[in-house]
Amino acid sequence: MKKNWISYPYVVWMIIFTLVPLVLVIYYSVVSVTDNGIALTLQHFKKVFEPIYIIVFLRSIKLALISTAVCLVLGYPMAMILADRGLSKRNILIVLFVIPMWMNFLARTYAWMTLLEKNGPIETMLSNLGLPPLGILYTEKAVILGMVYNFLPFMVLPIYSVLSKTEKHIVEAAEDLGATPYIKFKRIIFPLSLPGVISGITMVFMPAVTTFVISELLGGSQYTLIGNLIERQFLGTMDWGFGSALSIVLMLLILLSMGVMSRYEKENEGGGLW
Amino acid sequence: MKKVCCFVVFLIISAASVFLMSGCSESYKATIKVYNWGDYIDKDVLESFTTEHNIKVIYSEFATNEDMYAKLKAGGEDYDVVIPSDYMIKRMINDDILYKIDLNNIPNYKLIDDRFKNLAYDRENEYSVPYMWGTVGLLYNKKMVDDVVDSWSILWNEKYKKQILMLDSQRDSIGITLKMLGHSLNSKDEAQLEEAKEMLMDQKPLVLAYVGDAVKDKMIGGEAALAVVWSGDAIYMKRENPDLEYVIPKEGSNIWFDAMVIPKTSKNKKEAELFIDYMCRTDIALKNAEFIGFSTPHTEVKSQLPVELTSDKTVYPGVDDLSNSEVFEDLSDTLSIYDRIWTEIKAK
Repeated sequence: MKKNWISYPYVVWMIIFTLVPLVLVIYYSVVSVTDNGIALTLQHFKKVFEPIYIIVFLRSIKLALISTAVCLVLGYPMAMILADRGLSKRNILIVLFVIPMWMNFLARTYAWMTLLEKNGPIETMLSNLGLPPLGILYTEKAVILGMVYNFLPFMVLPIYSVLSKTEKHIVEAAEDLGATPYIKFKRIIFPLSLPGVISGITMVFMPAVTTFVISELLGGSQYTLIGNLIERQFLGTMDWGFGSALSIVLMLLILLSMGVMSRYEKENEGGGLW
Repeated sequence: MKKVCCFVVFLIISAASVFLMSGCSESYKATIKVYNWGDYIDKDVLESFTTEHNIKVIYSEFATNEDMYAKLKAGGEDYDVVIPSDYMIKRMINDDILYKIDLNNIPNYKLIDDRFKNLAYDRENEYSVPYMWGTVGLLYNKKMVDDVVDSWSILWNEKYKKQILMLDSQRDSIGITLKMLGHSLNSKDEAQLEEAKEMLMDQKPLVLAYVGDAVKDKMIGGEAALAVVWSGDAIYMKRENPDLEYVIPKEGSNIWFDAMVIPKTSKNKKEAELFIDYMCRTDIALKNAEFIGFSTPHTEVKSQLPVELTSDKTVYPGVDDLSNSEVFEDLSDTLSIYDRIWTEIKAK
C-alpha cells in the first residue's frame, strides 16, 4: 500500500508531461481546422510521404546510422579498455571520459563550430604544419562529427557496465580451453556484451535521428534533418498538424527500430534500458 | 478508496502551491507585463517608468517573432505590451488577438514621423505604434570582395563560392531573390516563386551556410566575404570590424519595423497605453535609440542623436535609397508555399 502511494507523483508527472502531450500530438495530426469547424483528416500524413519529405527522413536515418556505427567502432574498444580490471587508475579514466558530459550540450556544439572555423585553431594548426585544410565545417562530415562527439558516451557507458560485470571465470575457462584472443572475443566476450551494445545503439540512434541543433550549427542549416523540419512546422510555418504527423511518424520509426533491436536482446544483463 | 483519496489530496496540494506562489501582495498601483526582443531596451527606462507612475513592470524577452507568437498562442501568459515585427503584427491582427489602441491615450504618437505611419501591416494605424525600424542588406568584407557591391546578384557570383552566408529565414532569403528578379517580396504568384526557387537552388553550392545569429561572429571573424544581414546587426558588426561595409542593393530590399502592440490577453489596457506613450516620449525614445543603436522612427529623437550615428547610411538610409524597398506583409495561406520552397532548397 505504502509503495503505491510513493508512485503517485510519477503517475501525475507522466500524465501531465507524457500522456497529455502525446494525446495532443495525435489529435493535431488527424484534424484540420476549416471554416466549417474541425474535421478529421489524413492529409497531414499524406503530406509526410511526399518525396521531398521522404528525402529528409532518409537523410536523417543515414546520418544517424553512420554516427551510430562510428560510435560503436570507437566506443567498443574504449569500453573494453575501461572495463579492463588490470588497468590502474581506471576510475580517473572514467571520470575524464565523463567530464565533458557535465558541460551543456549546446555549449559543446558551439565550441566545435569555433574549433572547425576557417580561421579557427584546428585549421591554423594544420596550415602551420603545412597540411591541407580540413574544410569540414558546414558539411555532412561536421554534422556526423558533432553527433559522434556528443553521443559517444551513450555508447561506451552501457557496454562498459555490461563488460565490467562479465564473469571473469568464463573468460578464464575459454583461455584454459585454448581459445585464441580472437575466438575468445568472438564467442565469449562479444555475445555476453550484446545487451550493452544494443542499448548503446538505441541510445545513440534515437538522439541522432531526432537532433536539430547539431545540423543547424555544424551543418549550417544546409542539411535539413527531420528534427529541423518538425521545429520549423511549430515555430515557423505554424502548421501544427503537419508537424504533429511528422513527429508521430518519427516516433513510430523509433519504436519500430527499438522493437527490432529488442528481439535480439535476449536478456537484460544490466545494460538494458527497459 | 484510500488510494483515490491520497491521489486527490496530492492534486490539491500541488494545485494550491501553484496558486500560493503567484499570490504575493504588492503596493504598486498596477503591474504590466512587457515582452520584447532580447537587448532591445535601455532597462533604466523601465525603472523610471515604475518610479514615475507607480506601476510595476515585469519584463521578459524573446529571440524570434515565431517564438513569441508560439508562446502567445499557447496562452498562459497575460502580456500587456509586446514588441513584434511587421509581418507578425499583421498575422496577429488577422488572428484577432490584438486590441485596438486608443491613440487619444497616446499623445506622444504625434512625434513619430508620418512616413512610418499607415504601413502595410497596419494600414489604419489601429493596432500598433512603431518602436524601431531598419532594413535588410548586404554586408561585405572590403578586403575579400573587390567587385562593386550594389546588387543582390553578387550572391550568385561563382568567385565567392563558399564565402557567402545567407539568412536562415525563408521570408528574407526568398524575398531578396524575388527583389533581384524584379518582383515584389510579398509575391503570391506561383510562377515568380518557382523562379526564385530555381535561383536559390542554383545558389546553394556557393553558400557556406544558412545562419541566424551566428552571422555576427562569422563576419566579424572574417570567416565569409558576403552576408545577408539586418541593418541593426550590421551597425554592431561594422563597429567590431572596420573592414565590413553595408549596402542596400539597388533592386530594393525589405524595410522592417518593430512596433508596440497590446494583445487581448492584457488585463491592464490603460496602463499598457500609458507605457506605450511613455516609450514615445522624446527623452525616453532617445535613451532607447542610443542604447540599441537601431533607427528610430521619432523625428525629434533623430535630430538629437550624435551626428556620426545619424549620418551613417547603414542606420539612416536616405529616402531615395529606400524608394523601391517594401515592407513584409502577412502571406497567410501562401506561407505554406514559401515553406515548401525553403524545404525543397534545403533538402536538396
